[in-house]
Amino acid sequence: MTRITDTIARALSGFRSTPMSRAFGSWLGKIAGGFLALLVLTAIFAPWITPFDYAAQDLTNGNAPPGWPHLLGTDQFGRDVLSRVIYGARTSLSVSATAIAISITVGMTLGAAAGYFGGFFERAVMTVVDLTWSFPDILIALIFVAIIGPGLTSTTFAIAIAYLAQFTRLTRAQIVRLKQETFIEVTINLGAKPYHILLKHLLPNAIAPVIVVGMLAIGDGIVLEATLGFFGLGAQPPTPSWGAMMSSGTAKLFLSPWVIIFPGVVVAVTVIAVNLFGDELIRALDIRDRIRDS
Amino acid sequence: MLEVRDLEVAFGQIAPLCGVSFALEKGETLGIVGESGSGKSLTAMSVMGLLPLSGGRITAGSIIFDGQELTKLPEAAYRKLRGGRLGLITQNPMTSLDPLQKIGPQVDAVARLHLGITGQQARARTIEILGTLRIPEPALICDRYPHQMSGGMKQRIVIAGALAADPDLLVADEPTTALDVTVQAQIIRLLDDLVKERALSLVLITHDMSVVAQTCDRVVVMYAGRAIEQGPVEAIFAEPQHPYTQALIGCIPKGLSEDEHLVGIPGTVPTVMNYPKGCPFHPRCIRAEDICTKTSPSLLPRVDGAVACHFPGAAP
Repeated sequence: MTRITDTIARALSGFRSTPMSRAFGSWLGKIAGGFLALLVLTAIFAPWITPFDYAAQDLTNGNAPPGWPHLLGTDQFGRDVLSRVIYGARTSLSVSATAIAISITVGMTLGAAAGYFGGFFERAVMTVVDLTWSFPDILIALIFVAIIGPGLTSTTFAIAIAYLAQFTRLTRAQIVRLKQETFIEVTINLGAKPYHILLKHLLPNAIAPVIVVGMLAIGDGIVLEATLGFFGLGAQPPTPSWGAMMSSGTAKLFLSPWVIIFPGVVVAVTVIAVNLFGDELIRALDIRDRIRDS
Repeated sequence: MLEVRDLEVAFGQIAPLCGVSFALEKGETLGIVGESGSGKSLTAMSVMGLLPLSGGRITAGSIIFDGQELTKLPEAAYRKLRGGRLGLITQNPMTSLDPLQKIGPQVDAVARLHLGITGQQARARTIEILGTLRIPEPALICDRYPHQMSGGMKQRIVIAGALAADPDLLVADEPTTALDVTVQAQIIRLLDDLVKERALSLVLITHDMSVVAQTCDRVVVMYAGRAIEQGPVEAIFAEPQHPYTQALIGCIPKGLSEDEHLVGIPGTVPTVMNYPKGCPFHPRCIRAEDICTKTSPSLLPRVDGAVACHFPGAAP
């Protein structure tokens, strides 16, 4: 395990000490990062490693307990839980990562523009953003899905909107602080135009905390995706998603607890791993104070 | 080259700078001296057109650079001048460079922007300029990050950035304050050489009278937002007329001697919020009389310069 994660870290870093390789440096970082790397690989190679077709029903073998050949048992339709959990990783990770990517892109653009230009634009953007932040994430996501209907696309956008506020605020706080730095004044003094200052000097210096908060938000996004899936608003059957699997498991909770337990455990472990690795990244980048000041 | 006439600056109702005038010829070095808070840096910011950044504005007077009135120049035109014909060297080299960019690109950008040359030419220029600033192995330095450099090196790089587009006027705002003493001397000598080699005009802002004595042709002494005395360096040092100038010169250490003690100036510079009525220096002045507390002295001519004092004259 240790050797594998070291190799990954070195490959990622091009054999130099980078925040990534330093985050992999502690044993916590190795375990959490190793698990996440394994999860991503599993999701990517799902068709080759799943023992069964995730959608194949076998009604004669419903609610079979864990054993052979169904290692984690089957659900009420006789579908293999292990295969569905593995495919569920695809849904969860891709939805969450896409949503956070959208959130970061839009949030950084809005936050940077608000922080740099200030004035009425800043007040307008921050008022709207603060307004959305005053609601719980899940409520925003639910309202949004209710408006455009259930499905993976709307789940993705709902999660993106739910986390938009935090990236907008974080970026704006960074830009406002960086604007006061002497090197920005020097750049202005050398005749630089505003967009050059913003793109070449302010954003690169503001990006580190955003990356870490984005990393942590992917964990939250997985929970939110599972929640929406649990309510039946996310992935529609037969597409497997961890939340929807747990939801279908509630019906026969005491008869076949493995249907709800295994996806639940995977969600929990994934989110813990994301948070632990995020903490290691914060330590490696040495930016704890900058994350707080949003 | 540069002429500042009756410059007045205001932040809202507060006017930290009033009636500052001086002129500078091509190839000359002008020193602006004074204690902290006397308006030296504000003067520099006014010349660079940076006041709007901190919420200030020029309420009266004019700044003429090479026949061009700067106070009414639109921002886009000012941007072409900054870094192009006007260079500024800031106080703290430690924070004056972008920590995430290598040295080379930071200096290249100036020449690319103002001289319209391409990447490789700009790099060649950068290496040449770094060489003239006596930076060892300039080609290697281009690939370093600012955090890998010492303070003196960083200040040279800041100077290189200011010189990259061949400016006509360089404004150095306390360029050596953040550096240690041996490096200070190197940087000052470097600036002095640059002025001579490139026929630059230099405005050197400092609070160190000995630096002024070594490098400047003319000197403006500032106190509480006013230019209280100015003239050629030799004349000012030989016959200072204003008691404040005399006191400043008295503060220069003259070597180790048992019976000579350094003389300080009692009191502190008044802050902008409570400039005293009349002559701003009167609470600390040994010559102060009734009139000093009531009316502000007007500028009286002196040898090739001016002095603002009710009782100018040699020290008693």
